[in-house]
Amino acid sequence: MSGPTNPVLDAKRLVAEAHSAPGGPGVWPHRNLLSLESLSADDIRLVLDTALAFEDVSTRSVKKVPALRGRVVVNLFYEDSTRTKTSFTLAAQRLSADIIDFSEKTSSSNKGESLRDTVRNIEAMGVDIIVVRHPAAGAPHLIARNVKCCVINAGDGRHEHPTQGLLDLYTMRQAKGRIAGLKVAIVGDVVNSRVARSNLHGLLKLGAEVTFVGPTTLVPRAFESMGARLCHDFDAVIDQFDVINMLRIQKERVSSNVFPSLQEYSRLFGLTNERMRRAKPDVLVMHPGPINRGVEMSGDVADGQKSAVLKQVTNGLAVRMAVMFLCKQASENS
Amino acid sequence: MDGDMSNLLIRNGRVIDPSQGMDKSADVLIENGRVAAIGNGLTAPNGKTIDATGQIVCPGLIDIHVHLREPGNEDAETIASGSAAAAAGGFTSIACMPNTQPALDNEAMVEFVFRQAARAGLCNVYPIGAITKRREGKELAEMGQMVRAGAVGFSDDGAGVADPAVMLRALQYAKMFDRPIIQHCEDASLAEGGAMNAGPTALRLGLPGIPAMAEEMMIQRDLLLAANTQARYHVAHISTAGAVQMVREGKRRKIQVTTEVCPHHLLLTDDCCDTYDTNYKMNPPLRSEADVEACIAGVADGTIDCLVTDHAPHDRARKELDFQNAPFGIVGLEVALGLFVKALVTPGHLDWPGLIARMTVNPARVLGLAKGTLGVGSDGDVTIIDPNRSWTVDPTEFRSLSRNCPYEGWELRGRAMQTVVGGRVVFDLATAAPPVAVA
Repeated sequence: MSGPTNPVLDAKRLVAEAHSAPGGPGVWPHRNLLSLESLSADDIRLVLDTALAFEDVSTRSVKKVPALRGRVVVNLFYEDSTRTKTSFTLAAQRLSADIIDFSEKTSSSNKGESLRDTVRNIEAMGVDIIVVRHPAAGAPHLIARNVKCCVINAGDGRHEHPTQGLLDLYTMRQAKGRIAGLKVAIVGDVVNSRVARSNLHGLLKLGAEVTFVGPTTLVPRAFESMGARLCHDFDAVIDQFDVINMLRIQKERVSSNVFPSLQEYSRLFGLTNERMRRAKPDVLVMHPGPINRGVEMSGDVADGQKSAVLKQVTNGLAVRMAVMFLCKQASENS
Repeated sequence: MDGDMSNLLIRNGRVIDPSQGMDKSADVLIENGRVAAIGNGLTAPNGKTIDATGQIVCPGLIDIHVHLREPGNEDAETIASGSAAAAAGGFTSIACMPNTQPALDNEAMVEFVFRQAARAGLCNVYPIGAITKRREGKELAEMGQMVRAGAVGFSDDGAGVADPAVMLRALQYAKMFDRPIIQHCEDASLAEGGAMNAGPTALRLGLPGIPAMAEEMMIQRDLLLAANTQARYHVAHISTAGAVQMVREGKRRKIQVTTEVCPHHLLLTDDCCDTYDTNYKMNPPLRSEADVEACIAGVADGTIDCLVTDHAPHDRARKELDFQNAPFGIVGLEVALGLFVKALVTPGHLDWPGLIARMTVNPARVLGLAKGTLGVGSDGDVTIIDPNRSWTVDPTEFRSLSRNCPYEGWELRGRAMQTVVGGRVVFDLATAAPPVAVA
């Protein structure tokens, strides 16, 4: 057949091929995406390949495919996150799903008291996919135990942010052509970062080498048990990395004594023009956003040639389309 | 209650009473609620007879760390339901912690506990009073009046007494009544916001950690205070290798320190939290393999005096919150004996007399109770244990009102067959009525 490719058919073909390939990954078995830790390397590759099939939907004049037509996706966000929520919304719309927002801020008085009730109510309305962002680690796991529909973790406390991890992998593979063998630095507030954890699991499974860089208060030694290398002197290692992924620094951290001032943090661990000059010439600079310009990264670097920051945002759409598509397929096949 | 309450003959059991160094095949005769004789060929013309052939007959088991939730949270447990759970687990005496709502910090509340326990009539319940008013860690509670009403010790359990000056005064003051100060050892600033043991698993799960240091730092400080005051200091629910070593060293230096450990700190480790199952959330948290080994070694060498449950009922709605927001604790009364057998007797760390000592005479001594012995003339509190009875943990069968238990489906060996309080059979596995169903 000639003419434009059909991404849905492509995606379905990928799933079918994965299913039938001898010794291959087998069919995508996950109704939920709760973490990257729980995925195999083949699972991750299948998401990335499926995302590739969906990528050009964004660039067409009609930015829609009928993969999830008639399905309902709920964005259940207990934390503010305009970007992630918008990305999931657009991704669902491009798959022709209906999407609604169910945003609640946890007050200290109800502290997630009704989470179980809330999701059971949502499911009772005939929802197919719940996309959840929650300040408590493990909240998506609690939801998944209580509903039969698909649950996609859009960030749970300090635990994981699997779709961010996948879009970071996708962006690295796009830029570098591979993941295996890449040397990746993840710099900053690692201990409090769900992005760092998802990146670590994904990168290690696909054969990259990961170094956590930051002050000892934010990069505790116990991370070595998860397979990360640790470094507390950014300047000593900056020339070694193919990818530098900078994490957002919460300004409130100063009051918890993890570093004395933002200025000192920036001097020691900020990605400045000066540091960039000593990085590999083809280094890829990433950031999950939103950026504190002048704290973890200078504005010039964020906007510079080597920055993949906007590419990450674009890729987020295709990756989230792939994740929703695969999870829904798995739930319908089971 | 059934039959003649005054006479009970328990025939032909293996009588183990560590308080008298006894381990022999004998009959135990209870008359008028008290132990009348231990010997062979005893008869009880007017009483009930239990054939205990092949079973262990020992002083009634004692658990000195239990939460009964009444008053304040009667959906989770009451003094009556907790008493029933205790009896079903083989316990004839329990001591309840004062972190009720309101806190048990005055004479009237001590009397309330005794009254409710008497009404339930299933086991002896001894109230532990709060160290400080409302358990706030600031002003001493009226310990003297609580002692007069029958309080057996003092604790702000659930929180440690943070201020060293307050703790010093508490030890000095409690010494006047020869009652122990039972400390929940946890430095609040180091443990702040923690949900599980600090370590690689917490880091991976993204859950805030409670470091072993938080427990050990408070014990270290308290041992200085206890040495200085020569007061009786009891470390509640010990859980770390460092803490066990500190208590061992404290005993060597003749400080009046005692401690206790729960089944979960002998059987489970922090990687159980992997699935965010809140039945593995307790305080102190599940620790590392090395900590478990150190606790077992501490029980074996006598550093750890008592075995307790830290029975902590929570109703389902609260325990079903996410891991960070769910409350700490699990129920334990109805599974403790089998769990201790699994952790300590089966692997050979303790023999049966060693286990029973740590569940009878030792806890009685810590709280100064005239219990934990089958000496002639003592209260007729007896537990009859089948050491070979295999059974499967099924939380739906619990007498406790709560079901927060991580051991569902575990195969255990060793179970209380009959529980006797003051010569009265308060629990008999063979004829036990099925528990009231709880949604």
